[in-house]
Amino acid sequence: MKHRLLVAILFPLLALSSAFAQAGGELRFYLHSDPKTFDPLLVDDDASEAIRYLTGGVLVRVNRRTQQAEPELATSWMTARDDRSITFNLREHLYYSDGTPFSADDVAYTMQRLMDPALHSPTGDSFRSGAGAVRTHVDSPTRITITFPAPVVGMDKLFDQVAIVSSHSQNKERAVLGPFYVADYRPDSYVLLKRNPNYWRRDAAGRQLPYLDSVRLGIQPNRDIEMMNFRRGEIDLINWLDSEYFDRLASLAPSLVHDAGPGLDSEQMWFNQVANAPIPAYKREWFRSTNFRRSVSEAINRADLCRVVYGGHAQPAAGPVSPANKFWFDAKLHPPAYGPTSALRLLQQEGFQLQGSTLRDRQGNAVEFSIITNAGNKPRERMATMIQQDLGKIGISVHVVTLDFASLLERITESHNYEAALLGMVNTELDPNTQLNIWLSSSENHQWNPRQKSPETPWEAEIDSLMKQQASSLDPARRKACFDRVQEIVVEQQPFIYLVNKNALSAVAASVANASPVVLRPQTYWNIETLSVGVQTARKH
Amino acid sequence: MKRTRQIGWLLLSLITLAALGAGVWAPADYATQFREMPNSPPSHQHLLGTDELGRDRFSRVLYGTRVSLLMAPAAALLSTLLATLVGGIAGYLDGWWERAAMGVADLFLSMPWLFLLLAVRAMLPLNVAPITSVAVTFLLLGLLGWAASARVLCAGARDLRNSDFVLQARASGVRGLRLLAIHVVPNLKPVLLAQFWISIPVFIISEANLGILGLGVAEPLPSWGSLLRELESFTSFGFEAWKLVPLVLLVLVVSSFQIVLSADEGYA
Repeated sequence: MKHRLLVAILFPLLALSSAFAQAGGELRFYLHSDPKTFDPLLVDDDASEAIRYLTGGVLVRVNRRTQQAEPELATSWMTARDDRSITFNLREHLYYSDGTPFSADDVAYTMQRLMDPALHSPTGDSFRSGAGAVRTHVDSPTRITITFPAPVVGMDKLFDQVAIVSSHSQNKERAVLGPFYVADYRPDSYVLLKRNPNYWRRDAAGRQLPYLDSVRLGIQPNRDIEMMNFRRGEIDLINWLDSEYFDRLASLAPSLVHDAGPGLDSEQMWFNQVANAPIPAYKREWFRSTNFRRSVSEAINRADLCRVVYGGHAQPAAGPVSPANKFWFDAKLHPPAYGPTSALRLLQQEGFQLQGSTLRDRQGNAVEFSIITNAGNKPRERMATMIQQDLGKIGISVHVVTLDFASLLERITESHNYEAALLGMVNTELDPNTQLNIWLSSSENHQWNPRQKSPETPWEAEIDSLMKQQASSLDPARRKACFDRVQEIVVEQQPFIYLVNKNALSAVAASVANASPVVLRPQTYWNIETLSVGVQTARKH
Repeated sequence: MKRTRQIGWLLLSLITLAALGAGVWAPADYATQFREMPNSPPSHQHLLGTDELGRDRFSRVLYGTRVSLLMAPAAALLSTLLATLVGGIAGYLDGWWERAAMGVADLFLSMPWLFLLLAVRAMLPLNVAPITSVAVTFLLLGLLGWAASARVLCAGARDLRNSDFVLQARASGVRGLRLLAIHVVPNLKPVLLAQFWISIPVFIISEANLGILGLGVAEPLPSWGSLLRELESFTSFGFEAWKLVPLVLLVLVVSSFQIVLSADEGYA
């Protein structure tokens, strides 16, 4: 009898929750600027990328939770041994949002257009590993082989960024294979996406996805207003929150905020090691000393940075790769242990002496330097001020200088007129190939000493060699071994003193069903097809 | 009117006294970070709580008041002197001199101050002590802030030049610097003083604006500008009224200057 009663109570509840989960509705959130383009092949900004993710149909999708490539428009694929060719088997009977049929011709058209040098596609640049044109061979309407002029390492995951455009449709930008299409756009106001009636995917029960009827993307650069409107229930999610807002929101409605753990982004400082930089020679000598950099690194209390600056929503960084990057993170590496005493010992080995409260080098120069960071970025300014106090304990005097971003970039990239810098690195890609422009000593973004004609130190030569090896190897294990060694060298040499990995913080209204934020972008709506928006009254906080 | 003026003077005196005695009243050094208690509410140990890095807010307010309240008058003095030099002399000399000087003043007034300050700040050496950055910030404000006062002083000097007593002095053979020193400048004194007093709150607010942009006084030295940055995000301070103390002080000081100034004008 009890069981029957339980079933009688539970069944309507389950039915209700199921209906709630598939209720459709309109999801509302903000983009922080107008999208620069609706052409998926020209995407180069966050807002356009969001539109591409929500509207574009791709051959392969990287699952944001497992970080593995999964079939999407392609049912299967096979990469050639030389990593120059890839063959896709495509789904049959698919249609664009405007009703035009999808075939291998569309993939061929997309790839030719993507790789056209005249288009200057940032997505296309990821595939450009050598000179020459891309070749496509349509074996049948559902099978295509794409051949690149040179090997493209980690090629399959790169197709996550390639939205297939129609070769036949009259309005190519509006004809999409993704879950939504662009129905309306008012500059400075909103982008309205509506459910693609021809979307191919279905849920386990056979119901066509997505559940949502529409997505309204307001244009709102001000994060205060975004926060306020989320609290009022006018938007349903905030994709990226800073720790201050997160804690404030958590104190009001803890169930609405999500801390997905350390994200891919890092904050780091570095010393200027450029040979002809306009800084005193004795300072350049300090900055080029491994023990000096290591002792500075050890004297910084990273745990305090995480706790005080980020309210505990960050992790001390070990090296160039965050633990969020499941495959490429080198688990053997750990953040340097905080130790002003050992830091001082290391400095004494280099000839530095603590006289009173001032550290002096062999020539008697007081050790002092400036850290530049961008004005207006409160977490960075706070970190710099805390580093100032930490290094003061070992007798190093630090001047914190905040500059507007243009001046900061000019000093870092052109005049090299600075001593140390504190900035962050935004990582959107998992593969280390995207970091070649940072680690190669000849690169412009090799920030501590860019554009070297030949590597100036043996360890930079080793990093160059390892990065080239991993970029040309087809064996994932070999690539991983090479990049692990790169990470170890960086931790040993500390050209970048990695400080923290910020957590991926987000907020989702209670009315949004099936949300499960992750660390990879787009954190909150990566599973947009299965999200739905239910009872509006649940939003008032 | 007299009573209001007295209250203005009293407030200014009390705030100045508190700031000058910061070393005596402050319970902690303005830079010391009590990292175990960031953003803590007021307590016996920290009368106005602590800031986001755990620094005693009361101590920082005292030291910040000292910085802003002492440096702003210095910058005001510099800008008034420059304004007197350019505007006063131009108004007195008339003709080509006046047109050229006022052209330069108009150029200064039309320049986007903020971008000019950003550019000049970016060109300065990086390795300077915080106290030097304070001096540089207010020096820049003083050097760039003379133009509006110069226009007023030019008009004043022009009126004096054409006044009966100056004409009579000229007719009596008084010329050049002697005429300027004995007859013109002493009669410009009320205008000069008014410009000086007006400039002080303007520079305090300018420094606060620069501080909000992170471009004012360098860390860890506090100023009203850096203290006011806690309020820049209106969702961040909630009901924590003690964070409003620097704002209240700024309003009190600026209002007091206005009261004292208007009272002085009334008597002038």
